[in-house]
Amino acid sequence: MAFKGQIVIDTERCKGCAVCLAACPMQVIELSKNVNGKGYNYTEVVNDKCIGCASCAMVCPDGVISVYKKQC
Amino acid sequence: MANTDIEQRKQELLNQGYTEVYTKTKVLTDAVLHYCPGCGHGTTHRLVAEVIDEMGIQDKTVGVSPVGCSVMAYNYFDVDFQEAAHGRAPALATAIKRLNPDCFVFTYQGDGDLAAIGTAETIHACNRGENITMIFVNNGIYGMTGGQMAPTTLVGMKSATTPYGRNVALNGYPLRITELLATLPGTYYVTRQSVQTPAAVRKAKAAIRKAFENQKLQKGVSFVEIVSNCNSGWKMTPVAANKWMEENMFPNYPIGDIKVDGKIAEGIDANRLVLSHPLTVVNK
Amino acid sequence: MAKELKLMKGNEAIARAMIASGTDGYFGYPITPQSEVMETLMAEKPWESTGMVVLQAESEMASINMVYGGAATGKKVATSSSSPGISLMQEGLTYLAGAEIPCLIVNVMRGGPGLGTIQPSQSDYFQSVKGGGHGDYQLYTLAPASVQEMYDFVFDAWDIAFKYRNPVLILSDGAIGQCMEKLYTRDYIPRWTEEERRANAPWGTWGKPANRNHNIITSLELDSARQEVFNHKLQAKYREMEKNEVRYEALNCEDADYIFVAYGSSSRIAMKAMQMAREKGIKVGLFRLITLFPFPTKQLQEVAKNVKGILCVEMSAGQMIEDVKLATNCSIKTEHFGRFGGIIPTPTEVLEALETKIIK
Repeated sequence: MAFKGQIVIDTERCKGCAVCLAACPMQVIELSKNVNGKGYNYTEVVNDKCIGCASCAMVCPDGVISVYKKQC
Repeated sequence: MANTDIEQRKQELLNQGYTEVYTKTKVLTDAVLHYCPGCGHGTTHRLVAEVIDEMGIQDKTVGVSPVGCSVMAYNYFDVDFQEAAHGRAPALATAIKRLNPDCFVFTYQGDGDLAAIGTAETIHACNRGENITMIFVNNGIYGMTGGQMAPTTLVGMKSATTPYGRNVALNGYPLRITELLATLPGTYYVTRQSVQTPAAVRKAKAAIRKAFENQKLQKGVSFVEIVSNCNSGWKMTPVAANKWMEENMFPNYPIGDIKVDGKIAEGIDANRLVLSHPLTVVNK
Repeated sequence: MAKELKLMKGNEAIARAMIASGTDGYFGYPITPQSEVMETLMAEKPWESTGMVVLQAESEMASINMVYGGAATGKKVATSSSSPGISLMQEGLTYLAGAEIPCLIVNVMRGGPGLGTIQPSQSDYFQSVKGGGHGDYQLYTLAPASVQEMYDFVFDAWDIAFKYRNPVLILSDGAIGQCMEKLYTRDYIPRWTEEERRANAPWGTWGKPANRNHNIITSLELDSARQEVFNHKLQAKYREMEKNEVRYEALNCEDADYIFVAYGSSSRIAMKAMQMAREKGIKVGLFRLITLFPFPTKQLQEVAKNVKGILCVEMSAGQMIEDVKLATNCSIKTEHFGRFGGIIPTPTEVLEALETKIIK
């Protein structure tokens, strides 16, 4: 059974620590070239390989990631 | 993305047939955490809040955090909260619980707080067997005051007050207070966890859940150490700090249960509890 | 316990008044000369009668912080100690004042400095009313002069503490704590019900119901502008106490040429000295402080208007005398007489001091 996932990142609260990048098994997340209001290079989704495993959200210290998934 | 855009996006996904797998618990407020990027405090806060949420005890929980990086934890937990003087949280929690036995009471303390200035309060609350949960975040350094040596700073580890590395002759040994507390009859559950990977987070959350559930049993202190990082104090990126933690902190502070249901956990060498576990020397 | 005539020690009176006044918790650590407070509580086992919690802590630092934790849940929580132990509690006291937590602290003073003696003294006046800990704060400070007042002031302390959300200090000494006197007990006041607690302490941290924001007890404010606003609020509270809650006793002051100013044990010695002076034809009055903070400044000014001299009698090197001089703007001859280090002066010594330092 395969899942397609989606994540929603609260980029204004993201501090760009990149811990989620290391946790993601599908290399879905990168640090943006752009910065948020606090000056951090926030995280962004760079491909559609997300499987909705929520690993990124689990290790995010600032709780900025919400995760969604559906069967496909 | 502004808040409204985020909510809109979430709604769109739900409309497209997605289900929500994970989102920040409502037991955390919307205040932006003051912790440095990548700090384990944020993750640990979230796990404690998720446990309170899942147990449905938000209306019965009182938290206590004293001086240190977690001094403003009261801004983040949407539960009644007390801020204590440095080291005194276990004394506050003792009285809160004894006067309000139906409340779930937890302390949230760092290494300098719990294992240096508050050693007496920590040991005596544990030895009295208070029915409280103690969350102990150990990152081997004083974060809030700018990276000075903590009781848990590793041998050889550089800090603002051990600029040439912790020297046993000068500074004494790192204090494994968690092992020490496990030897006291008043502790019922003693465990050491971490929060740097999804697998570690799952285990840490299960430990915190157990530590809160144990309050219903009235059998003594449930104590959860979280070995954590201090990117700013260690002068590393968050990802490098997590790696350094795994390589250097874990050998000195081994992860896993030490005491479960009032008994020394399976596979724990009694020698480790009398502090003869070998300490490694780090070079950083 | 209904209203009865009893004979007991001052320390025992404190303990029995705590039980009778509906106190929810007591946390203490043994120290001479006040150990009978916790001993009495432990012997009485109030947890079986009123439900009051009593616990022996590992130190005075722990006991004052247990007071902080318990009292911050909106319950009536108390501790007691003697001078060296009260010094250890100063950190806790400034946090309690800064977080505006009502509670009761009893200091049965002994002689210092340092470990000093275990005999009575009054040398903690400065520590009590000039801020023993850091920051601008005040403790409402009551000075009992009898075993009856030790008992009664516990009841009064709870009214003031919750009215102003402020710690209350009962500043006694080893003489009042250890001496046995008769006293009338009062009818029990039951401990607050859950509803009463919530009504009397809506700021308390007992678990956040869905219909209110979380309550936070803290003395931390990193924004200095807001910290200044908070300090102004505290000061306004102290000014209200000065306006409404001053207590004192003026004896034979109407026609007095000279007055003694004293509090606690010293006021009883001064009273005898006053009687001896009157027998000799010297018109002496006694102005007894009951509240040390707020200090009865205006009342003392009024009484002292027509006197020729004031003798401050205290078992210290001269602490209260500073506030007496401030109250009278140094306009009247004012001298100090005191014994210290645990020595209690005799009425004869006090009268001699009046004659040699003031009248001569």
